[in-house]
Amino acid sequence: MTGLFSEVFLSALLFGAVTAALPLLLAGLGEQMSEKAGVLNIGIEGMMLAGAYLGFVGAFYSGSLWLGFLTGAAGGVAVALIMALLCVRIGLNQIVIGIALTLGLEGLTALLHHFQFSRSYPRLPAADATVIPLLSDIPVIGPAFFKHHLIVYLAVALVFGMGYLYRRTQLGLNLQAAGDKPAALDVAGIDVIKTRTIAVLTTGALAGLGGAYLANVGAGLFIPFITNGAGFLGIVLAMLARGRPVWVLFGALLFGVCLSLTTAMQVAGINIPTDVIQMLPFLAVMIMLVLFGRRASLPAALGIPYERGAR
Amino acid sequence: MSSLSSSSVAARDIVALEGVTKRFPGIVANDSIDLSIRPGEVHVLLGENGAGKSTLIGMLSGLLQPDEGRILVDGKPTPITSPRHALALGIGTVFQHMMLVPALTVAENLLLGGPWWQRPRTGELEARVAEITRSLGITVKLHAKVSELSLGEQQQVEILRAMVRNSRLLILDESTSMLTPKGIDELGALMRRLVEQGLAIVFITHKLKEAAAFGDRISVLKLGRKVGEIPPERFRALGEQAIISEIVELMFGKQKDDPEAVERPIRTVRAEAAPLLQVADLAVAPTDNAPGLSSISFDIRPGEILGIAGIDGNGQKQLAEALAGQRAATGGSVRLEGVAIEALSVGERRRRGLRYLTDDRLGEGTVGTFPVSINFFLKQVGAAPFWRNGFEQRAEIDKRAAQLVREYDVRTPSLKTPVARLSGGNIQKVLLARELAEGAKVVIFNKPTYGLDLANTLASRQRIRDTAARGLAVLLISTDLEELLSICDRIAVIANGALVGTVENVDDARTKVGRLMIGLAA
Repeated sequence: MTGLFSEVFLSALLFGAVTAALPLLLAGLGEQMSEKAGVLNIGIEGMMLAGAYLGFVGAFYSGSLWLGFLTGAAGGVAVALIMALLCVRIGLNQIVIGIALTLGLEGLTALLHHFQFSRSYPRLPAADATVIPLLSDIPVIGPAFFKHHLIVYLAVALVFGMGYLYRRTQLGLNLQAAGDKPAALDVAGIDVIKTRTIAVLTTGALAGLGGAYLANVGAGLFIPFITNGAGFLGIVLAMLARGRPVWVLFGALLFGVCLSLTTAMQVAGINIPTDVIQMLPFLAVMIMLVLFGRRASLPAALGIPYERGAR
Repeated sequence: MSSLSSSSVAARDIVALEGVTKRFPGIVANDSIDLSIRPGEVHVLLGENGAGKSTLIGMLSGLLQPDEGRILVDGKPTPITSPRHALALGIGTVFQHMMLVPALTVAENLLLGGPWWQRPRTGELEARVAEITRSLGITVKLHAKVSELSLGEQQQVEILRAMVRNSRLLILDESTSMLTPKGIDELGALMRRLVEQGLAIVFITHKLKEAAAFGDRISVLKLGRKVGEIPPERFRALGEQAIISEIVELMFGKQKDDPEAVERPIRTVRAEAAPLLQVADLAVAPTDNAPGLSSISFDIRPGEILGIAGIDGNGQKQLAEALAGQRAATGGSVRLEGVAIEALSVGERRRRGLRYLTDDRLGEGTVGTFPVSINFFLKQVGAAPFWRNGFEQRAEIDKRAAQLVREYDVRTPSLKTPVARLSGGNIQKVLLARELAEGAKVVIFNKPTYGLDLANTLASRQRIRDTAARGLAVLLISTDLEELLSICDRIAVIANGALVGTVENVDDARTKVGRLMIGLAA
């Protein structure tokens, strides 16, 4: 050991930060899309859990991480489908349904896992990293940022894809109108229910993917309640990012560093109670909310179900 | 516009309604309505609040479906199933409440509704907008955010949007209610240019003068039924005054030349009586979005009505709130029956007889989700006999509420109806009943007839006169000069938070007040 700030330690810390940030990034991007379209998606934690469980099961039985990501995303979409049906189509309270979905999925995934694996926690083999030539040779930065699974790079590309979607496409316009003034979208001849449903299902896919990454790559196994609030952190990120995907990326990285630091400090054997260390990410949330939360702007019709002709 | 230039063809109905009926729980909003809408005509739908105008528009724009009857488009029966379908049929609607997304730019709002897989066709839009705005003589800032535009500008954007989508029929729902007088004239001229291009316009309003000034054909709605129609031939044959009196006859069944012109009975205010309300050098500090008040002084004697005239936003609201105790004064004195009250709380001032009728009826005046009955006693919550030992006395409340409903003619389905479901005029009656209840000595009315239809406006004004006749002192704040001239004994003019002059309401008061309002000495 060459001390806390050795090159190896730093790059391991940052590598861990990226790994921890990715599920938050995907959840944050997903939540952002729902919120833009006017749906406050509290069920995202449940969607991540469904993704984590089904993603793990898919990868475990098929031996393919990619298939695991696919089943994970499908799991998230399945939960999102319930959310879309109840909250968008029927117009039930989004907060109540969201909480119900999260609690329900916590129980359901734990139960299914127990039936399937009893008390054993089988592990997946370590994920193959896609090493980016040249860049990965940079000291500290290289091993930290350029030796990840391919899906990490794809997720970062998605950030810019989302930015383009919101600013340059018709669908992006429709999504924002659905969240800001759904009646205006409706009289423009676009189905508000359909637009919001698309947003919620996309959220489900992204959250499910995030959950699958968390279980399959981040941890290499599934344990009940594995997401441990990652979905809620995603909600915070979406609120703080004020509608801009690139801010979700920065926020996710910041939280990722905090989460990684938790592990790193425990490994380094620093003499602080683990409970205090584990508080770090949530402390960071509160500090960020105090600093930036007041200026966070949310769509005007967020959380309000749309009903045509209602006054 | 090429598709619209065929107006020389004998005018056939673009859209026709045949026996259309729409019911909502408890009411028939539209009862067997026939209507024909033709190119090159401004068809005015005239009716009071609750006459069924908005329901009719809802059915034409695809938001609502008729229960009975049919809608013909180009002579063929066509159910209009959705807003998208209405647009496809060439029916564009400018709703009473703006239907633009405030966070997006004008261009983005105009592009809303394109196929989702496409990139927004900004270039194409700009060319199309340039063509339309040139032919209509309006200018539109395409790249400004909608939230930065004035209401008049937003309305032009909505009309423009209907044109961009090749509308053949443009529906304007209460479009003048939020415009300045100048904006209203501009809208009238714009409508004229649009019909000259062969468009059909349905113009909904409850203002007689606009109907007479802008219409080609007028249909009058009353309580869900169409009670009369003035076709273009008759319209042209009659003068404006004749049309107005005919409409009034149709709407109210009583003949009057100008329904708002009421002879002001000369009342004698006993000059020697001690003033009930004395305000001296009242001052309020300015805030970010409102002017302060400085050196406001006036007296009101029992039975006297003092009007406050002025352009909106010159400190009227601040004055009312400072008197009621809702806004901290930085100086001056307020005396009620000679007793200083400027340091007292809102509740204490009310108990001593100072009552304030806010202009924000649903915001601060009532609790929308509470039943009508409780709203009568909002300012007495906890007080006997309606509350005893902290418990609501339902029987007492209902008994007194029923009495007030009768006395003030509040049209409500029941005492338990949430007050927000009532029309503006009936909410105002609830407020009147509450504030004029026992113990009132001085009453401040802030824009009491704002947004009300004619019948309710006249009823409210009569209520104000009756209040003064009972010997109360009345402060009437209004932006409607006609209203002040028809009611007040004296009129003070407020400008930039200061009273710039007070005029006795006699013969030439109109010109004097007018001169004060535009900054000249009376």
